[in-house]
Amino acid sequence: MSQKMTRRRLLLGGAATAAVALVKSSFGKVVQTGIPEAALDPTKQVGPLPGVLGTRSPFEHPQRKPSLTSSQTPLQDLYGMITPSDLHFERHHAGVPAIDPHTYELMIHGMVDKPTVFSLADLKRFPSVSRICFIECSGNFRKPDKENITPQDICGLTSQSEWTGVMLSTLFREVGVNPKATWFLAEGSDAAVMTRSIPVSKGWEDAMIVYAQNGEAIRPQQGYPARLLLPGWEGNTSIKWLRRIELSDGPFMTREETSKYTEPVKDGKIRQFSFTMDARSIITYPAYPAQLQKGWVEIRGLAWSGRGKVRQVEVSTDAGKTWNAARLQEPVLDKAHTYFRYLWQWNGDTTAIMSRAIDETGYIQPSLEQLITARGPGTGYHLNPVTAWLIKRDGQVVYSPEKWK
Amino acid sequence: MPFWVCVTGTVMIACERRSNAVPDHFGYGRPATEKEIAVKAIAIRPDGKGLPAGSGTVLDGAIIYAAKCASCHGSTGVEGPFNVLVAPDTVGAKPFDQSSKRVKAIGNYWPYATTVFDYVRRAMPFNAPGSLSDNEVYSVTAWLLHANKLIGADAVINAKTLPGVVMPARKYYVTDSRKGGDGPYE
Repeated sequence: MSQKMTRRRLLLGGAATAAVALVKSSFGKVVQTGIPEAALDPTKQVGPLPGVLGTRSPFEHPQRKPSLTSSQTPLQDLYGMITPSDLHFERHHAGVPAIDPHTYELMIHGMVDKPTVFSLADLKRFPSVSRICFIECSGNFRKPDKENITPQDICGLTSQSEWTGVMLSTLFREVGVNPKATWFLAEGSDAAVMTRSIPVSKGWEDAMIVYAQNGEAIRPQQGYPARLLLPGWEGNTSIKWLRRIELSDGPFMTREETSKYTEPVKDGKIRQFSFTMDARSIITYPAYPAQLQKGWVEIRGLAWSGRGKVRQVEVSTDAGKTWNAARLQEPVLDKAHTYFRYLWQWNGDTTAIMSRAIDETGYIQPSLEQLITARGPGTGYHLNPVTAWLIKRDGQVVYSPEKWK
Repeated sequence: MPFWVCVTGTVMIACERRSNAVPDHFGYGRPATEKEIAVKAIAIRPDGKGLPAGSGTVLDGAIIYAAKCASCHGSTGVEGPFNVLVAPDTVGAKPFDQSSKRVKAIGNYWPYATTVFDYVRRAMPFNAPGSLSDNEVYSVTAWLLHANKLIGADAVINAKTLPGVVMPARKYYVTDSRKGGDGPYE
């Protein structure tokens, strides 16, 4: 992994002499295993002519990291606020269904005046809206158990896209939602027939039914041909492959809002319907497996909050003793990943660097210790602690293991 | 400014406003029939609304469980390799917030018995979801509730009895109260 990273740096043009020697041998080895070699002089050789689909450079290999249940976005390989659609994280409970857009239907019924079935073409005829926001799984956390893990391993279950579709409030008006309806059930057409109960107020506020992602039809892994989108709320509630919405006067107490996606908190309680994602940030560079050299370093990362805009990101380069404001890249959007940067001069000493997000409600991203003190060591889900990266004297950057008390 | 410019301008703005008005109803989509609603609305509420006719027993459930569930969840519901389903509520157990290792299962963590029926019917068995008949789902539910020491061995589970099964974990459930801001972390 670290050799791969070093090779990429070389190709981008800057590497120390020692690194070059090491890289040359590893590059030679890679050529043998079939990765294309750059033209010796690209100005002397005509390249491929225009094609039907663009491709990544053969020298770039950002990849998600799949397990049985999810695959994580390679945050350390990305440079902006938008996640390329094919790198958006995946989390589903019974695989990705294949749905024919021509036979797709969304039924809205229950406490409504006019129970209605919409085709995909119907949904696309309604006035449309686009918005950029993140989707984050509430299980997006990894215990700080060892050094050699990346931002992708720690919190790769968050991604951001520009989503386009129809406001759910438009559809609520269309079917005439009964004012006494307080919850609605959203149901997917995957093999898990995923269901969650959602307060109707979220439906009126900013919920959407989306059919496009980053300018094209939504990807199958993200809910093709249409999904629910609940900005700022735990990803599981944004039901993918949405087939049914049932208006009701109470929650349905489905498996995913009782036995899962609930967390033990103080005094033996079990917290339910914890929808909103609290503010969080992570430094994505320098982070494991980066190798630092003395001198100027631009610290870069992402910050976001499910409660609104990121107001400020603070960075500490002295293990949390002092904090300084990072620069936020515009646009800073509501419930959206915000890119931050902080210029720092590393003098070669061992230290730890970390970031904390502050959102527009004044909420300050907590430490792991603060979270566990507030909730108990048996808690789970909605863990958004400050992440520290340890910089060793030789410039090696590693995750800073922390005790889980 | 000549009078006619002013008048024309006003009329144009008025027209534009009218064409931008968003109607409450566009008339898209088709009415859902009662029949298709009945087929598709499979969700069960905690009060039992939505439960179908039929019933099941612990004895029948044991046979179905052994044939269709045990390979993933273990012969008694605790062996895995996938989700542990059986963990009766134990008096004096360490509260969940104080123990990251305590197993969470139907008997000690699930707040409603109706959820078992709803989930098994919609998503299980994993390799053949939706393949069990309603009576089979009632029986598997009965076996799981019995294994978790929530009902007796001779209990019959149906639309009437299932919502009445007392789930010990229910008293622990609280609704989220986090609000952001500068208050204490919770």
